[in-house]
Amino acid sequence: MSAPANPFAPRPGSLRRTENAVAYVFRFATYFILLCGVFVFGNICLKGLPTVTGAFRGLDHFPYVTNTFLFEAPESLYVFQHEGKKMEMGDTEYRAFREAETARAAAEGRPAPKFKAQSYVYAAGGIWPCIVGTVLLVVGSMTIALLLGVSAAIYLSEYARDGAFVRFTRLAILNLAGVPSIVFGLFGFAMFVLYFDWNVSLLAGWFTLAFMVLPVVITASEEALKAVPKGFREGSLALGATKWQTIRKNVLPYALPGILTSSILGIARVAGETAPIMFTAAYVVRDKLPWEVAKSGDFFFQGVMALPYHIYVVSSKIPQNEYTQRVQYGTAFVFLAIVALIAGSSILLRNKLRGRYQW
Amino acid sequence: METSSPAPVAPVTRSLATPSKPARSPGAEPLPTLIDIKNLDFYYGAKQALFDINLEIPDRRVTAFIGPSGCGKSTLLRCLNRMNDLIDGTAVKRGEIKIRNVDIYGSAVDPIELRKRVGMVFQKSNPFPKSIYENIIYGLRIQGVKSKTKLDEVVEKSLRGAALWDEVKDRLHESGLGLSGGQQQRLCIARTIAVEPEVILMDEPCSALDPIATAKVEELIHELKKQFTIIIVTHSMQQAARCSDRTAFFYMGKLIEFDETHNIFMNPKNAQTEAYVSGRFG
Repeated sequence: MSAPANPFAPRPGSLRRTENAVAYVFRFATYFILLCGVFVFGNICLKGLPTVTGAFRGLDHFPYVTNTFLFEAPESLYVFQHEGKKMEMGDTEYRAFREAETARAAAEGRPAPKFKAQSYVYAAGGIWPCIVGTVLLVVGSMTIALLLGVSAAIYLSEYARDGAFVRFTRLAILNLAGVPSIVFGLFGFAMFVLYFDWNVSLLAGWFTLAFMVLPVVITASEEALKAVPKGFREGSLALGATKWQTIRKNVLPYALPGILTSSILGIARVAGETAPIMFTAAYVVRDKLPWEVAKSGDFFFQGVMALPYHIYVVSSKIPQNEYTQRVQYGTAFVFLAIVALIAGSSILLRNKLRGRYQW
Repeated sequence: METSSPAPVAPVTRSLATPSKPARSPGAEPLPTLIDIKNLDFYYGAKQALFDINLEIPDRRVTAFIGPSGCGKSTLLRCLNRMNDLIDGTAVKRGEIKIRNVDIYGSAVDPIELRKRVGMVFQKSNPFPKSIYENIIYGLRIQGVKSKTKLDEVVEKSLRGAALWDEVKDRLHESGLGLSGGQQQRLCIARTIAVEPEVILMDEPCSALDPIATAKVEELIHELKKQFTIIIVTHSMQQAARCSDRTAFFYMGKLIEFDETHNIFMNPKNAQTEAYVSGRFG
């Protein structure tokens, strides 16, 4: 008699083929997304990084080195022929050079040299005012969004009685999350810029951006509050604490890591949106930095330059030529780096808090 | 104000509202009735959970509530410190609960002050994710006590009171969550007695504990009744028999029988009670 047949032998049929095919489709989809991500980030880094690394200049005073791309304002680039050489200079440098050359020629008794320069807007200098503006917009709008959003989330999850009103409010908040950002921009323009007469200003931008991220902040904060065990609330109330004491001492601290997670998502959105700020807070170009104001009250009522808007301007609003790509990719690279930096520090803070409160 | 005859209303109201003054002088005779429940009907929304409850709970004794799941014993317990207020739609529709002759559902009573006097230990031990020390002084911090000496004193006294001091005295500043299940439950008891309540409500305090930890908590209950009035909800009839002085048997939202524990288990008057305690149903 032959050996007994193996009862566990794979059966021929379409089931196994489908199983394998499905696994491959999922795997392919994941790898494809990964590839796209690597391509986008790699492209920006490859083309943007040289703009930053190539802009280091020595200084004759502290801190002895500077980066013209990061720490200077944008300028026009002048390209001209001088004594048989092709020269490229930023606006300030070009004026100084021209004066010096004219003076030198006068001293030597020669006729003043003629300069015929081609000028390219935004192609020289850096993006310092945009960095400052973006950081100010993010910090201000996230502060407003967290204050308003966490308060609303506390009300919805801890105080409000479940009923038609709360359901309607939640629905409204969810719908708000689906509104296109340009609509928030128009709302901010109508409400803050025109009706409140704040003009194009930091304050108008803060509120517009804050309203845009509020749905994210509220929804996520509510989830974070709900994740705190009911036993903490009951235990605290049973010891004679009031509702607010309970929330402040025994609920909010434990919900904070979750709330921070939501604000990290908010930061990336606030920093990256162009549409809400283009009518409310952003200037195409501004030669003064935000702290150079006549009186401190003016600080809130000035427009600023911002990175995403700058990217938009240099890539679609100016004549394109061989000098503009440097600025476009450089700005995009710095922008990504700044978002990563802010989000990274929030994640660190969150992890630290998580380590402290665990249950 | 410590009498067994009905006390005048005004000073009693003040005693419920000012927790800093001790409610009774130590060594005073226990009252025959501390908590007086009369004709209580309680509703969750449209659903009636308690039907016409009448119960007189004695001072500084252990009273056990027994009965099958859903019989309303936990609901009644949570009425006694108004924890049910936190659930939407609950209401006492008829009747009253008087503690020291004050109707605790009356308009002159602040539930916050009530809960300082009627503490609660929950089924699932719920130490806060803070140090053991911070857990104990939580109630005092809420009341604004700042003196370090006072707090240290209370921590030691409460932990000793909960028979936990020797086990944790060297790690007071470590997290309360690092303790074992039984220790966590005793920590919660210590946290409750730190605010010096008059009544301690225990909602199945041992249901998640092993037999040894349970024995420790029961021993503790025995000690605590010298100072506190204890009401314990339990699923374990042996536990009720071991550690309570009086037992109330509930079924379907009604109080079926309330008597000395000995009588309930040895000589029940009601046929349903007898069937339940002898294990024939429930």
